[in-house]
Amino acid sequence: MKIKKFLYSQKAAPYVFVIPFILSFLFFWIYPLCSTITMSFQDIGPASSEWLGFKNYAKLLRDPTFRTAIANSFEYMLGTLILLIPFPMLFAVLLDSRLVKAKGFWKACLYLPALTSVVISGTLFRLMFSEYPTGQMNVITSALGLGTFKWLKMKATGLGALLLTACWRWTGVNMLYFLSGLKSIDTALYESAEIDGANAWQKFRYVTIPLIKPTTIYVLTISVYAGLAMFMESFMLWAGPASPNNIGLTIVGYLYNRGIQKNDLGYGSAIGLVLLVIALVINIIQLIANGTFKKEER
Amino acid sequence: MKKKFLAVILSAAMVASVVAGCGGGAADGGAASNDAAADSSAAADDGAADDAAAADDGAAAEEEAQAVTTVGDPNGTHLECWSFVEAHNTFYAKMVDKWNEANPDRTIEITFTTYPYESNHTKLLTSLQAGTGAPDICDVEMGQVPNVYEGLDTWLYPLDDAMAPYAADMLTSRLDAYKGSDGKQYGAPFHVGATVQYYNMAVLEEAGITQEDVDAVVTWDDWAALGERYLDAIGRPEGKYWTSVDTGGVDWQWIAMAEYGEDWTGGSADAAANVQLESVKKMLTMEQEWVNSGLAEVSPDGHVDLEAGFQNILDHNIVSFPKAMWYMSRFINYMPEEKGNWYIAKCPVFEEGQDCSVGIGGTGTVVTAQSVDPALAADFLCYAKMSPEGETMIWEDLGFDVCNTSLWSDDAFAHDESNQYNTFFRNYPYDVLNSIKDQIGTVMTVPISPTINEQMCNVTLNDILENGVSVDEALQTAQDVISLEQ
Repeated sequence: MKIKKFLYSQKAAPYVFVIPFILSFLFFWIYPLCSTITMSFQDIGPASSEWLGFKNYAKLLRDPTFRTAIANSFEYMLGTLILLIPFPMLFAVLLDSRLVKAKGFWKACLYLPALTSVVISGTLFRLMFSEYPTGQMNVITSALGLGTFKWLKMKATGLGALLLTACWRWTGVNMLYFLSGLKSIDTALYESAEIDGANAWQKFRYVTIPLIKPTTIYVLTISVYAGLAMFMESFMLWAGPASPNNIGLTIVGYLYNRGIQKNDLGYGSAIGLVLLVIALVINIIQLIANGTFKKEER
Repeated sequence: MKKKFLAVILSAAMVASVVAGCGGGAADGGAASNDAAADSSAAADDGAADDAAAADDGAAAEEEAQAVTTVGDPNGTHLECWSFVEAHNTFYAKMVDKWNEANPDRTIEITFTTYPYESNHTKLLTSLQAGTGAPDICDVEMGQVPNVYEGLDTWLYPLDDAMAPYAADMLTSRLDAYKGSDGKQYGAPFHVGATVQYYNMAVLEEAGITQEDVDAVVTWDDWAALGERYLDAIGRPEGKYWTSVDTGGVDWQWIAMAEYGEDWTGGSADAAANVQLESVKKMLTMEQEWVNSGLAEVSPDGHVDLEAGFQNILDHNIVSFPKAMWYMSRFINYMPEEKGNWYIAKCPVFEEGQDCSVGIGGTGTVVTAQSVDPALAADFLCYAKMSPEGETMIWEDLGFDVCNTSLWSDDAFAHDESNQYNTFFRNYPYDVLNSIKDQIGTVMTVPISPTINEQMCNVTLNDILENGVSVDEALQTAQDVISLEQ
């Protein structure tokens, strides 16, 4: 009887429902985070750990490879923001309009790459961008009379290959976010805009963009973090965390290299925390600038 | 009734999604989500790169399938063994049967797992660090040795007692390479890995170059001159070179250091590393000149021990290069068409009278302290890798230059015509090995080594050979990065 009472209690029920999440959050997120913070001040040895104070961080500041990694991750993040927000938004608007036939087909086409494994697609992209004359990209450039390139050995083409992989893979996902945002816009707003004489561009600019802002902010926030935390794409494209002149080294790639490959988990933790801080700072600034923390105007 | 059914379905779905949520998170990532890192089993270095110069970490190729087999006496002690080369596991499996025949009172059964290069070492390190989950026996590539040896006898079981019956015949410099900083032996070697010069004699003869010409090569200058002669003879067509120099491996630098008796690690764990050595500068300057003059190309994908390198050799784009003796097995496995074409000779030197070889790469197999019966595992391991029976099989199956020197001059062993390696090449590999027996130098692998290799393969060699940066400048940058770590 008591159990029944408990289960039907309006006060207890919400807690019962959220407790699995709270538990997994504490266990899988908060605990590792705290332990990463402690570890970043230590030298993790085979049998015991030694307290180092800020030595790991001091070394990070002087580490030119870490600076390269940060610069690479930033460039990649900016690239993905420039390519993976406007274009998916455009595709979403097109798919939402009456201009496109066979919408389901196009949606599926754009979304399909997201379902493939990065391991496989990364390997395929690596082969496409191979430096041999038989590599797909070199076949194309030679046919155009441009000659062959060592794609994955040069900074610009290496970053280009990474961004192409990212666009191929994530355009469809971001497009779906925007599509769902568009669906929630009341069509009456478009009708009244039309009555007021707005053309297609004006409708897009003054009705669509402001109303899908929450979606845009969401996509922006996750893209900032995902861009900074990119690892798999570069790992697969160069078949490991190492790349010529470190052109493909990302922050997480460097974390993996230090923490796992070189077994220096203390230094790796420090790298991870720096990444967390950078991503947090950027996103908080971005969210404040976008007015997310303001009280909703009613 | 219907409602109740629906409620059950819905709550089941909720429970399922909560459980799935624990491991998930990937699905809602907007752009590049890195959760997939966990299943990055394709970190693979291909089987080929196993013994490749300590610098191999990055230079990966194809994925190697994970394979699990169990071999031996089901009633014996059960052991686990991991390797990153399937051929090694196949070899151990054969030795298990021999061991069980010879030791009926101490039979074993081993489950062998072949992982890709990267996974093998990261899994081993993680399980050693965690104190649970490690196999009894595990292959460790030379470049990874400093990482795995960090835990000394808290992680690993010393092999000193187990190898006592065979130690006298083993090449000491090779054993030393796998000693821990406490002086105990933790790893058992497969091979010497002595560097030699490979020549495609069939192609050279077409260009009018004879075996006597090749034998007359003493210095690197002689060798380069012979290369010029070859290129002149074939009319210098595009895409044909004398050799290819590496950006993804440090073999050439190792050879140079051994010839001058230098070592950029400083020779011990506490010594200060110095890459600005005379030998290294000379070799890099020479390589840069060769690339500029068209004598050499930069190895496709970084070094010759990869698919691209094999293809380059098969296409006869390059006809001579230095590589360790274990590279013979690559000919058998990946370039069987080349049978009868290749000739093995000593590596050239800078100045007459210098030593001409260095032991490169290798697999030190370790027994972990977590083993169910470490003494038994160690006894088996030393039997497999050091006894004459084991060494004979290593030569027959794997084609390595074995460390048991007593066999080198044994005619039945070194000149065995049923051995595929003896018949593949124009001369007997062990004749070359015997002629350089006392000239095989060592470059130490110490905790700073992975950093040096990484800096060289990622940055320095690319800068010098691909981007035309001056040798002094590139080495200074490298030195700065390496010093930061010490």
